[in-house]
Amino acid sequence: MIKQKQAAPPSDDVRWRFVMATMRRNGFRRSALIETLHTVQETFGFLDEESLRYVASSLNTPLSQVYGVSTFYHLFKLKPAGKHTCVVCTGTACYIKGSSNLLKQVEKDYDIKPGETTPDNQISLLTARCVGACGVAPVAIYDGTIQGELTADKAVALLERYQDD
Amino acid sequence: MIDRFEKIKRKEREAAAGVDYTIGVCVAASCLSLQGDKVLDAFQEGIEGPKEEGSPPSRCRAKGVGCLGLCSRGPLVSVTKQQDQPADDQSRVLYQDVTVDDAPRILEAHEADKTVPDILCPTDTPFFERQIKIVLENSGKIDPTRIEEYIAADGYHALLEAVTEMTPNQVIDEIVRSGLRGRGGGGYPTGLKWTTVAKAQEEKVKYVICNADEGDPGAFMDRSVLESDPHRIIEGMTIAGYAVGASRGYIYVRGEYPLAIGRLKKAINQARRQNVLGNGICGTTFNFQIEIRLGAGAFVCGEETALIASIEGKRGQPRPRPPYPAELGLWHEPTLINNVETFANIAPIIRNGGDWFASYGTATSNGTKVFALAGSVAKNGLIEVPMGITLHEIVEELGGGTANGHQIKAVQTGGPSGGCIPASYFETPVDYESLKKLGSIMGSGGLITMDETSNMVDVARYFMEFCMAESCGKCVPCRVGTVHLHNLLDKIYNGKATHKDLALLERLCSFVSETSLCGLGQAAPNPIRSTLRFFREEYLDLLVDEPVHAISEEVAA
Repeated sequence: MIKQKQAAPPSDDVRWRFVMATMRRNGFRRSALIETLHTVQETFGFLDEESLRYVASSLNTPLSQVYGVSTFYHLFKLKPAGKHTCVVCTGTACYIKGSSNLLKQVEKDYDIKPGETTPDNQISLLTARCVGACGVAPVAIYDGTIQGELTADKAVALLERYQDD
Repeated sequence: MIDRFEKIKRKEREAAAGVDYTIGVCVAASCLSLQGDKVLDAFQEGIEGPKEEGSPPSRCRAKGVGCLGLCSRGPLVSVTKQQDQPADDQSRVLYQDVTVDDAPRILEAHEADKTVPDILCPTDTPFFERQIKIVLENSGKIDPTRIEEYIAADGYHALLEAVTEMTPNQVIDEIVRSGLRGRGGGGYPTGLKWTTVAKAQEEKVKYVICNADEGDPGAFMDRSVLESDPHRIIEGMTIAGYAVGASRGYIYVRGEYPLAIGRLKKAINQARRQNVLGNGICGTTFNFQIEIRLGAGAFVCGEETALIASIEGKRGQPRPRPPYPAELGLWHEPTLINNVETFANIAPIIRNGGDWFASYGTATSNGTKVFALAGSVAKNGLIEVPMGITLHEIVEELGGGTANGHQIKAVQTGGPSGGCIPASYFETPVDYESLKKLGSIMGSGGLITMDETSNMVDVARYFMEFCMAESCGKCVPCRVGTVHLHNLLDKIYNGKATHKDLALLERLCSFVSETSLCGLGQAAPNPIRSTLRFFREEYLDLLVDEPVHAISEEVAA
């Protein structure tokens, strides 16, 4: 078998080593595509064109397929997120308990829609389909920490602490 | 091997015997969101922290445990007295809404053999007493991050018995006898599925997949099991691997469950070290490896063929069945796919026998079912009840009715693929067939209660919006149909639709369900159909009369 030459990382950034490690662990198989994209997103925060091209050539996968996968799954982001993220859960239990009001309030106060980032790059607003904390609905995730039993006012108040830093 | 298990058991018993009280703080996602981890730290600090000179050593120890069930009153803390071991639910004290400041009070009270009455959670209520725990037997009792505690609770004993004393066929026979049916919602007999995979050609490579892509909004049973008792899934999968002749397994977990993923990874490493996973399991020639694959937020990946595509690194799009994955699955090899809860039932069945399992439940639906009770009921949380219990018992007795004094109007089961069951049908027993007759499904176990304040058209629209966004786009009826269904519902809800629109909605419902490729599209109209069936007047109330010229045109024609 001819050993394929490995594509060089797009830059000297040491973080590419994490991406390399994931691909190596999976033997550079095409099936490692989703795992690799997860690692890229974990290390760099989002998937840019450069990284998609690099992953495509490393895994010997058509770029169209890499792009297809990264746009098919909701978790993959092709745009950089703001400094802080707020993920409002819109699962059924949260919906019944008024998560739409909560979302509306945040949208209104910060003038952003889900998937968008404030102009000062501080806060990204996202939505999720159920984070599995239905017992304390409605919930939102602030920078990875789940906050339960929210009200519209409380949700906005929790965002305000991100304003100044 | 059994000696090693006994040694671990003895060590665990000795550790527990050194103190009088074991304090268990819930460290599952729901309680963590209410600062459960800080409460645990506070307890540990209170026990190990600096003490006054001459004070006796603490009589308590604190540890993190899995889900204690009553998620809406978290963080929950259980205190078990040593001589009560093995503790059942009635013999332990439970505290609710515990804050960091409560920790010293609880410690102080129990050092003096007292309790703290104001935050006591009554456990003599139906919510606790009516439950029968098979899947959740260890939840809230053992520390999910330590394999030793799982082994001490008779964990991995079923695996040892299976691989050393039983043939693969005997294992399958036991599962067949138990009458276990797929807990992911479909209700396909698990034993039959295992038999099919086992019968596939011997020289073939086979795979076992655990479907932990819990996509239904409002369902969190799988998350809880994975976070509270991850070894149970590993044991169930390994037994399945032995029974069907597979040597490789995959757990496909939702990317949205970082805590569950972390605990699973840890559990897999521990299991390898204890030789209950990997090569030469329990000293036999049986090898089984488990890998974790992360989902990336696509609801359709809960469908088995889409899930397989996703593990292969492709877009999660389903393909027509047959051939079923049991014949042609992952990398075109025979593949066994079961849900988390199905695998969670395997070890107890092997340990206690299929007949024992079959003694629970109804004639056609055996065993228990875990439900995630959420919505308007007073007590939100995780419950495990025998099949055949009525909805009334679940909602009014276990759930304690509504929290706000409103009447419960309906329960929604099965997520976006299920339906709404009105209060007038609450005497229906919960089993696969009865729910199907009402136009709903068992589903994976999300049970959302709605009171009078919920408008059913809005609820149907909510679910249709979900299906519309989650349609993978492969087949036209689902991709286009769900959009039109959503638009029609939106029109009705905003008071702009006529009777004609309603007729179109009904026609489109049957069209989409009959012609879609996979379960997502086929079941997408279920919420509309069931709400139309039971709450038609809510739709009719929102309709407007046809414009005058339209009527005259019809008369003329």
